[in-house]
Amino acid sequence: MSLGSAPLPGIAADDHVAGSAEPRAIVYADYECPFCAVLHERLASRGVGWAFRHFPVKSKHPRAWAAACAAEAAGLQGRFWELHDLLYGDQARLEDPHLWERAQRLGLDLDRFEHDRRSDAVQARVRRDFESGIRAGVATTPTVFIDGVAHPGVPDDSILDRL
Amino acid sequence: MSIIGAGEPVPQFSLAREDGSRMTQDDLAGQTAVLVFYPFAFSPVCTDQLNLYEEVLDQFTAQGATLYGVSCDSTWAQKAFKDKLGVTIAQLSDFEPKGEACRAFGVYHRGGFPQRAIVIVAPDGVVKWSYQASSPAELPGANLIFDALA
Repeated sequence: MSLGSAPLPGIAADDHVAGSAEPRAIVYADYECPFCAVLHERLASRGVGWAFRHFPVKSKHPRAWAAACAAEAAGLQGRFWELHDLLYGDQARLEDPHLWERAQRLGLDLDRFEHDRRSDAVQARVRRDFESGIRAGVATTPTVFIDGVAHPGVPDDSILDRL
Repeated sequence: MSIIGAGEPVPQFSLAREDGSRMTQDDLAGQTAVLVFYPFAFSPVCTDQLNLYEEVLDQFTAQGATLYGVSCDSTWAQKAFKDKLGVTIAQLSDFEPKGEACRAFGVYHRGGFPQRAIVIVAPDGVVKWSYQASSPAELPGANLIFDALA
């Protein structure tokens, strides 16, 4: 499928949505990006509704893809957000043993986690997010879409206040 | 100075490849070339730009396009930049005579560096599409290139 321009996909049933409010923001981010960690903190502290989509760029952040797949694998055991928080909690430790340690800490089935994070289905899930971002014009992380308008970088408070 | 437009023949130019050999307009014949002009090796937005395009390089290749990064940095600086990023996009240097090729394409910034711009040259040597970012800080999404290649 071409990576030419296409509208930002609306929130789907299998998108990862945080917060109790109706999500108005869609965030494209990766787990190795320090600016994404800052945004993660700021969104979490506001308690607003938002959706997270993967946008790992391997040559910039070599462990971002593996971390994204790990989060998806945790999601298959119902613990996406828990691993998501742990990944942003220590971005200096994203090698495989660090991922296993986090999975262990969450009580995940490690064999299943290890199988799932390398599976075609999980790779395709991450790829789907990434490609939807490319088509929507995402060029850097984080990029936040609020009411369909893209805000590259960490938005300032005046923008986040709209949520 | 304005960027070369679609439908214009590719101008005469000479750029240095990483091995020091020269690449000219004649070398573009028969290929769809995407010339990515960027201001400075190692600068933040240029880093993000090459990283991003590298991520979808296989898709560009699948569409028959070859990407080239073009800047006024020396070949040594470009090679170091490429190695640091771990990207494979070929680099072309407009170091000496400085900016001459960039001027020919209408993308030379008066500050002494290329504008952030993209020029697609069709196999027949005619410019198929061109785009100049509104400022060097703007990073054109890869989707724009795919649109133009379609």
